[in-house]
Amino acid sequence: MTAILTANAVTKQFAKDDAAIVALRELTLDIEEGSFVTVLGRSGCGKSTLLNMLAGLTTPSSGQVRYRETALSGPDTSIGYLTQHDTLMPWRDVVRNVEMPLEIRGVPGGERKRVATGLIERVGLSGFEKHYPRELSGGMRRRASLARMLAGAPETLLMDEPFGALDAQLRTELQEELLRLWQGSGQTVVFVTHDIEEALLLGDRVVVLGQVGRILLDREIGLARPRSADDLRVDPEFVALHRELSAALKGDAS
Amino acid sequence: MTLAVTEAGPVRVGLDRTWWQKHGSTTIVWGSRLALLALVLVLWQIAADRWIDSTFTSKPTEIVKRLGEWSGDGTLWTNTWITVQEIIYGFLLGAAAGAVAGFVLASLNLVYRVLDPFVLALYSIPKVALAPLFIVWFGIGVHMKVLLAAVTVFFLVFLNTAAGVREVDRGLIDAVRLMGGNRRDIALKVVLPASMTGLLTGLKVAIPYALIGAVIGELVASNRGLGYLINDSAAQFDTAGVFASLVVLSVIAAVLNVVVGLIGKRVNRWKPLDD
Repeated sequence: MTAILTANAVTKQFAKDDAAIVALRELTLDIEEGSFVTVLGRSGCGKSTLLNMLAGLTTPSSGQVRYRETALSGPDTSIGYLTQHDTLMPWRDVVRNVEMPLEIRGVPGGERKRVATGLIERVGLSGFEKHYPRELSGGMRRRASLARMLAGAPETLLMDEPFGALDAQLRTELQEELLRLWQGSGQTVVFVTHDIEEALLLGDRVVVLGQVGRILLDREIGLARPRSADDLRVDPEFVALHRELSAALKGDAS
Repeated sequence: MTLAVTEAGPVRVGLDRTWWQKHGSTTIVWGSRLALLALVLVLWQIAADRWIDSTFTSKPTEIVKRLGEWSGDGTLWTNTWITVQEIIYGFLLGAAAGAVAGFVLASLNLVYRVLDPFVLALYSIPKVALAPLFIVWFGIGVHMKVLLAAVTVFFLVFLNTAAGVREVDRGLIDAVRLMGGNRRDIALKVVLPASMTGLLTGLKVAIPYALIGAVIGELVASNRGLGYLINDSAAQFDTAGVFASLVVLSVIAAVLNVVVGLIGKRVNRWKPLDD
C-alpha cells in the first residue's frame, strides 16, 4: 500500500518569552491509504500537536507534512478532523451544523438538506435535527460532530481522543459504530488516544508515542475483524498485546 | 445502516399543580410591591405639611394634579415626545455606529491593539463634560442631545461588540478552516454570529444610558423636553412640577427596561457550549 499522509522529520516548538517549548521533535511517520492507525501516548506527548499538523491547522517549525505527494500548507477539505472538544456552532441546530461543510462548498440548499438528513440518520440522531448543541448530551454532540465531518466526504479522517469525555458504555458503543461506518468505506483513519484498549480495539496498526513524539513502538495488529470489546478482553492475543503496549508506555517514563 | 440512540436521558412526567402552587410566589411578590408603593405614597401624603414643609417635598396629590394640568394643556405630551425622540435617535445612531466599528476594528487585530487605550480613555470621560463642546458645535437644539446620547451608547455597544468578536472560540474558527472556508466565511459564519451575544449585551446595558445622555443634555441647556421641565420647575420652586417630570421619566425608564428584558430573552435562546 502507498503512504497517503507523511510526516517527515517534523518538529514543533512554541515560543514563550525567551524559551521554546518543544512539543514534537523530528517525528517521521507514514500513514498507508485505507488503513486504521491508532496513535497511543500519555497526555502531553504531542499527540494533538501531531494531528493539528497533519490536518494543516498548524505548520511544523521544521520538517514537512505531505499529503498525496504534495506538501500540506493549510487545511485540506479531503482531510476531516474530529477534535477533542466540540466545535459545533452553538447558534446552529443539528441539521444546519451538519450542512455547514456543504454550505461552504456551495452545494445548493435542497441537496445539502438531503445529505445532512441521511448522515444524521446514519449516526443515529434522527428526531434531533432541530435541537441546538446545548440541548444535546455529550454523546449526541459527538455524533453530530461525526456527521458534520462525514458531510465533507473526506477520504482521510483524523480523530483526537474523540470519545475521551464519554462514559465507558457510551464509548464502547460509539467505537463499534465508528468501526461499522469505516469498514468498507476505503477511508484512512488516524485515531489518537491514551487508552490502550481503545487503541487495540480500533487499529490495524498502533504507534506508541513517548515524550516529545519519540516513537516507542510501531506495530501491526493482527486481531480479526469485526472486533467486539467484550470478546477481545478475554482473547489471549489481545492480552499479550495489551501487556506489550503497556510495557512500552511505562518504559518511556524511566 | 442505522444506529439507534440508546443513551439514558432525562424523563418528562406530567405534574398536577394547583393555581396557587404555580403562581403563588409571583402573586406574593407583586402584591408586596403594590403594598410598598401604596405605603410610601400614603406616608408621604400624611407627612407633607404635617411634619415636613411641602415646598421642598410636594405631595402625591399635588403631583397628580400637576400631571393632570400638564396633560390637559399638552405641555406633558410635547416635552415627553421630544425626550423620547432624542432617546430613540441617539440610541439607534450610537448603537449602529458602535456595532459596525466594534465588529470591524476588533477583526483587525493590530489596529485594535493600537486604538484600544485611546478608546478606553475617551470612554472614561464623563459624557456630561462633552455637553459644552457639543453646544458650541451643534447649538442647544435636539441634535446636541441626540449626539450626547449617541456618544454614551456608542462606547458601550462598541466595547461589548469588540469583546464578543475577540472572544470567539478559536476551535470554531479552525472548524471552518478545516471545511475549506476562507476569511469571508469565517467572518460571516463564525465571528458575526458569535459576537451577537456581545452586541446584544451592549445594546441591553446601553438603553438606560441613552435616557441618561438625553436628559443630561436637556438639563445643561434646552428649551424643550423633560429635562427642561425639571429645570424650569425647579427654578420656580415648583417641586410638584419637578416630581411630575421625574414620574414621567421613571415610566419611560420602566418601558425601556421591559425592552431590555425582551432582548435578554432573545440572547438566552442559545448559549455557548461550555457553561
